[in-house]
Amino acid sequence: MRRTFVKIFAFSVLLGVSVQLFAQAATWKDVPVPSLPAFHPPQPKRIVLPNGMVVFLQEDHELPLIDGVARIRGGGRAVPAAKTGLVDIYGEVWRTGGTKSQTGDQLDDFLEQRAARVETGGSGDSTTISWSCLKDDLDDVFKAFVDLLQNPEFRADKVVIAQKGLYDGISRRNDDPSGIAGREAARLAYGPNSPYARMPEYATVAAVTRDDLVSWHRTYVHPNNIILGVVGDFDSAAMEARLRQAFGSWPKGGAAKDPDVPITPAKFGNYLVEKGDVNQSNIYLVGLGTTRKDPNYYAISVFNEAFGGGFSSRLFSDIRSTLGLAYAVGGGIGTGWDHAGMIRLIMSTKSQSTVESIQALDKELADLATKPITDEEIKRAKDSILNSFIFRFDSPGKVLQEKMAYEFYGYPLDFLERYQAAIEKVTKEDVARVAAKYIHRDQMSVLVVGNTAEFDKPLSSLGAVNNLDITIPPPPPGITAAGGDQQ
Amino acid sequence: MTSRFVRSFVAVLVFSALGFSQDLASFEKHILVKKLGNGLTVIVCERPEAPVFSFFTHVDAGSVQDPMGKTGLAHMFEHMAFKGTDKIGTRDYAGEKSALAKIEQTYSAYLAERDKSVDRDEAKLKQLERAWKDAIAAADKFSGPYTNEFGKIVESEGGEGMNAFTNYDETGYNYSFPVNRLELWAYLESERFLHPVMRQFYKERDVVMEERRMRTDSNPIGRLLEQFTTASFAAHPYHRPTVGWMWDLNSFSATDAQTFFDTYYVPSNMVVAVVGDVKAAEAMPIIEKYFSRLPARPKPDDATTVEPPQRSERRVVLHEQSQPIYLEGYHRPDYRNPDDAVYDAITDLMSSGRTSRLYRALVRDKQIASDSAGFSGMPGNKYPHLFAFYAVPIPGHKPEEMAEAIHAEIDRLKREDISDAELKMIKTRSKANLIRSLGSNEGLASNLGLFQSRYDDWRELFRSVERIDKVTKADIRRVANKTFVADNRTVGIIEFAPPAGPPPGTAPSAPKGGAQ
Repeated sequence: MRRTFVKIFAFSVLLGVSVQLFAQAATWKDVPVPSLPAFHPPQPKRIVLPNGMVVFLQEDHELPLIDGVARIRGGGRAVPAAKTGLVDIYGEVWRTGGTKSQTGDQLDDFLEQRAARVETGGSGDSTTISWSCLKDDLDDVFKAFVDLLQNPEFRADKVVIAQKGLYDGISRRNDDPSGIAGREAARLAYGPNSPYARMPEYATVAAVTRDDLVSWHRTYVHPNNIILGVVGDFDSAAMEARLRQAFGSWPKGGAAKDPDVPITPAKFGNYLVEKGDVNQSNIYLVGLGTTRKDPNYYAISVFNEAFGGGFSSRLFSDIRSTLGLAYAVGGGIGTGWDHAGMIRLIMSTKSQSTVESIQALDKELADLATKPITDEEIKRAKDSILNSFIFRFDSPGKVLQEKMAYEFYGYPLDFLERYQAAIEKVTKEDVARVAAKYIHRDQMSVLVVGNTAEFDKPLSSLGAVNNLDITIPPPPPGITAAGGDQQ
Repeated sequence: MTSRFVRSFVAVLVFSALGFSQDLASFEKHILVKKLGNGLTVIVCERPEAPVFSFFTHVDAGSVQDPMGKTGLAHMFEHMAFKGTDKIGTRDYAGEKSALAKIEQTYSAYLAERDKSVDRDEAKLKQLERAWKDAIAAADKFSGPYTNEFGKIVESEGGEGMNAFTNYDETGYNYSFPVNRLELWAYLESERFLHPVMRQFYKERDVVMEERRMRTDSNPIGRLLEQFTTASFAAHPYHRPTVGWMWDLNSFSATDAQTFFDTYYVPSNMVVAVVGDVKAAEAMPIIEKYFSRLPARPKPDDATTVEPPQRSERRVVLHEQSQPIYLEGYHRPDYRNPDDAVYDAITDLMSSGRTSRLYRALVRDKQIASDSAGFSGMPGNKYPHLFAFYAVPIPGHKPEEMAEAIHAEIDRLKREDISDAELKMIKTRSKANLIRSLGSNEGLASNLGLFQSRYDDWRELFRSVERIDKVTKADIRRVANKTFVADNRTVGIIEFAPPAGPPPGTAPSAPKGGAQ
């Protein structure tokens, strides 16, 4: 008896609760969404030192940490082909090779005792040197940072270790099928010898000497080629004084010149890399995109979101959720900061659905003309970009990074604000126009890395096939090529 | 030494020595924890840096809880949690519900015939398969146009970083929203676990099979890790892959996934953490209003087989068309063991940065490896697991040299006390690592959720630093001597072997079989 009563009572309470909720939120659309409070993220202070060094100071007092990074003009794309890999070696040995006054190993001990980091690295268009430390260690760590920036020693024993690391990477570069696909796709888009696609080889790594590193440093590391950003728990006036003291008397040097980088895409067609030890094909449809300076950049952003961005995109919904052909699928029109990005449609699928999947991707491209991105898709894409816009600047560190990138590539410093306004204005017609302008199936290549014996149909059923030879060129005498039992 | 006074004094010392104002005490002021009537634990942490917030939903069930013969089910359900609810993702749920039930009937009939060991009727099997696929097509009519509606809502409302993970120990869901969507989030996230619908299940199962091919089958290191982990555990479910065996993926049903959900996604087995620009006192009632709708259910039985002591070394050697790798693991106790912090100290000493012992010995001095490290948590850490070491040999060096060099470093650990400078470095780094981990909503939400679930107290996130601070040199030698012994070891190796067949473009007479 009692139990029944309790049950009835509980039921009515439950009912009461759900009725109340029903009134408030029957569906997600009934949930109130108040307006977002105005938010003005802290802007970094920009200073130009008399010697041309550009400095950004961004205070962030939440945690007792101070981080800094100097980005220096000049990177791998300026290296002659015969020394491909030079900037990778430079980026490592700059740090491990130590300074005139202490070895890299001594520097390791000095920093690790303070749980601090000073790191260096290189990329296609620049090199970087950064530090991260607890606020109380700033004097010590900043001194080490400045010493390494201005007086690196590039000790020869560390050049050897860096070269061995690169040889290891070369020997392993055909082990992972997605790695092969990504790299070969870039070679198709930019051309195999393009600085945006070429790879270090045993011979080009072996050709790099300590003198090359010293000479690189001498050529590029001048204050007028440097953008320095500092974020953390400091007082800007004190930090500015510290930086002026450290760098004020550093003389200007030659300005870094960016080389003209030719882009010569491979002949459009079907390309195949045979990989016998996989049961899944990595597929790329690849072409050449554009840059963010392109006035179409905003329409492209909306297009990318609708076509190949997140859960909501056509590629994800069709290829993954509806057809079940892939776990990883996505794509869009790539936009580089200062050179064309790649157009890519990427997926991986079981060997037995390889050709079926390429045809499914082809259909997505063909549909762009016959079933253009709809109003609903445009709205969703724009909502997604605009409603999540705040995550571009929700920490002082992110704001600093954005500003440093604009400074480096010569964009207006309010590029982000302009971006938001421009996205709002994008129309359905704009999106259809950019899709038609940039995506031409006959100017794209198909790349498959897979196990042909298991394919649903031969790749040749789609047309002529070019087999790509990915054999690793053997090393010059005196260098061991591969581990294991290969020799 | 163990008096309460001394302990709290140490806690103050730890942070004041670093000038760290956001210590445990000040965090306390910004955190509100509430256990709801249905058993769900909610943590709200105020971090008013920008008008956004992140959440982390922690479910205390991972692939260890997969039923026998249904490996991969925990992970499969995680995928299904993006498929919507009775209100999100359908044209007409009543109609869809019966269509989904039809799929389960036809699938069960198909499976019964498929798995007959004798007298399987191939014609009948084809017919049953047809019926199953037809039922799927019928159900898709209800959901097809609404595919991924849940994700579409989150994304168009400004959701950032929507994702989830399943590992051996647990399942987690997360994304971030602008702070004006707190109530919308509370609705969506509670709705998701109030009435998940197993729609488009068998297509999503195909997606998961592709995930397995990508991570494991078509990747030599994936293959090594699966074989290694399988060999390391004989009795405990850690021997089964989280993504599942292909046969099981081809077998389990939507009904199985629903049963898994009903058993393990109970409020008392879940923690929801929210971190961001919210006022805890205002956010908590909103969260409570929505999440209280989840019905209370009994906490699931967490009994698992305890792995018996290993009595002899085990080895798996894969002959691959890829460059060599060396890996070894030693059984150690679970994360609640008093020596847990000692293992953390050993990890740091052996693996952290360029001062680490393995980097210095194998990469810098002997120059035989491009990378080497040792760490706990293989493949999980909620249950007794492995402390693993690996090394990546550079060209010309063999896995055996890696073993020898790693063992030399282990012997040193057993034989000699570590230096004062090393011990100090370990402790300083653990404090700094904690501070660096506090600077993001996402990171804080997942840490608070995890520690609350694991210890029933988020404060353990801070106390873990105190535990490392108490580690002594003798502790390190004792634990190394106890753990790193040959009989307790499993070894996993990739040896290079040329392709079995002639590579394209070479003479067909090329020798077969590779390295013998």
